[in-house]
Amino acid sequence: MIELKDLHKSFGDREVLKGIDARFENGKTNLIIGQSGSGKTVLMKNIVGLFTPEKGEILYDGRDFVRMTQKERVMLRREMGMIFQAAALFDSMSVLENVMFPLDMFSDMNRTDRIKRAMFCLERVNLKDAENKFPGEISGGMQKRVAIARAIALNPRYLFCDEPNSGLDPKTSLVIDGLIHDITEEYDMTTIINTHDMNSVMGIGDNIIYIYEGYLEWTGTKNDVMASTNERLTSFIFASDLLRKVKESYK
Amino acid sequence: MFLTNSITKFGEYLCLMGRVMSLPERWRMFLKQYIKEMAALGVDSIGIVLLISFFIGAVICIQIKLNIASPWMPAFTTGYTTREIMLLEFSSSIMCLILAGKVGSNIASEIGTMRVTQQIDALEIMGINSASFIILPKILGLVTMIPMLVIFSIVFGFVGAYATALAGVITVDDLTLGLQHEFNQWYIWASIIKSLVFAFIISSTSSYYGYNVEGGSFDVGKASTDAVVSSSMLILFADIFLTQLLS
Repeated sequence: MIELKDLHKSFGDREVLKGIDARFENGKTNLIIGQSGSGKTVLMKNIVGLFTPEKGEILYDGRDFVRMTQKERVMLRREMGMIFQAAALFDSMSVLENVMFPLDMFSDMNRTDRIKRAMFCLERVNLKDAENKFPGEISGGMQKRVAIARAIALNPRYLFCDEPNSGLDPKTSLVIDGLIHDITEEYDMTTIINTHDMNSVMGIGDNIIYIYEGYLEWTGTKNDVMASTNERLTSFIFASDLLRKVKESYK
Repeated sequence: MFLTNSITKFGEYLCLMGRVMSLPERWRMFLKQYIKEMAALGVDSIGIVLLISFFIGAVICIQIKLNIASPWMPAFTTGYTTREIMLLEFSSSIMCLILAGKVGSNIASEIGTMRVTQQIDALEIMGINSASFIILPKILGLVTMIPMLVIFSIVFGFVGAYATALAGVITVDDLTLGLQHEFNQWYIWASIIKSLVFAFIISSTSSYYGYNVEGGSFDVGKASTDAVVSSSMLILFADIFLTQLLS
């Protein structure tokens, strides 16, 4: 479980995060949603340690990430997996080498076992025939699946996804969402997804937090979204005609 | 403004080098990267080094012969001067200026692309010291390979000079006598020492510009250009001090 307590972050005079309190439970897909510029990417970067907050606590199962020593942070980071918006695969390495990379760096397995583990992860994301290809030779959806395989190679306790459906067609987005959701339940991980995709919100949103201008505006589940009367949330989620009609028919 | 900016950049450079100079987390992975960089930065540069050295050796020989031909000058002067220019300046300083263009832009654009495609963030989140993992093998790879490139450059400069002798510009005997006249072995060592410093300047400066890229492809291109310009300027400044120090 990850808890945020009174998290503040500024860039110069501009305060981007204005005291966020949130709780992300394990075994659930936790979604951070919000308009562009609302601060959700900054929030994610604070949680994973790419930014340091001015004030507040980030608790990983009770361990305060902000006040840890550098060595403790490095150790905790080995319990994290992350899927980036652009997949962030190492383009000089093959698909198999990409998935093996965390194992090469941090595991004491021999080479045969490392390959076996990487192949298992690739099979888990239905990519066992692509192991010798390079990132430039596979589609965006396949790159995201390789990124998922790499992220789970070391059995992380915490999985972070920054807009995992960005640039993907709706059908592939559903596949990626389904994979993340299944893996979260299977490994009992704490998964946090930063997304704009309303299909993801309604499909896998076990716990959703809505950020508005640096504040935590609303929190709930995908079922609560339909019944919510929060105007900012509804105007954000049901922005399109199609979704407005879905909401009206729900009423 | 310029001074403040320069001091800030120098401070950032020192901080980055502080992070780079740490023991590798996995020696197996480090050695793999190190060998890959020696091949990419050193072995892949052999072709251009040989080609340029051959032609410059030939051109120096022709120019010296044409411009100092006089009954008062000994016949071996052309070979002697060619050797001194190749050993003292061309094969270390000028060759490194050329490598700053080839290798420096390669390093800056590779690391810059890694930055804008979040590959460096991915390393950081895994708990890896990305600066050391990416930059240290590049610095050590180029520093290891540069003495070999300098020796190749010297040898192929002389081969170029001999090619002009075969074409009849100078006799082979006069050239050989000139190349051997009052040979001082220290000049080769001085050349190698200078090139080691220049290799560090090229690889570390270019890595600094690549690592600190912010933005997109335009910024990667700009970082690449800045890396070449800064490396070249630093090589020229360092050359003055090293020449004075080593002579």
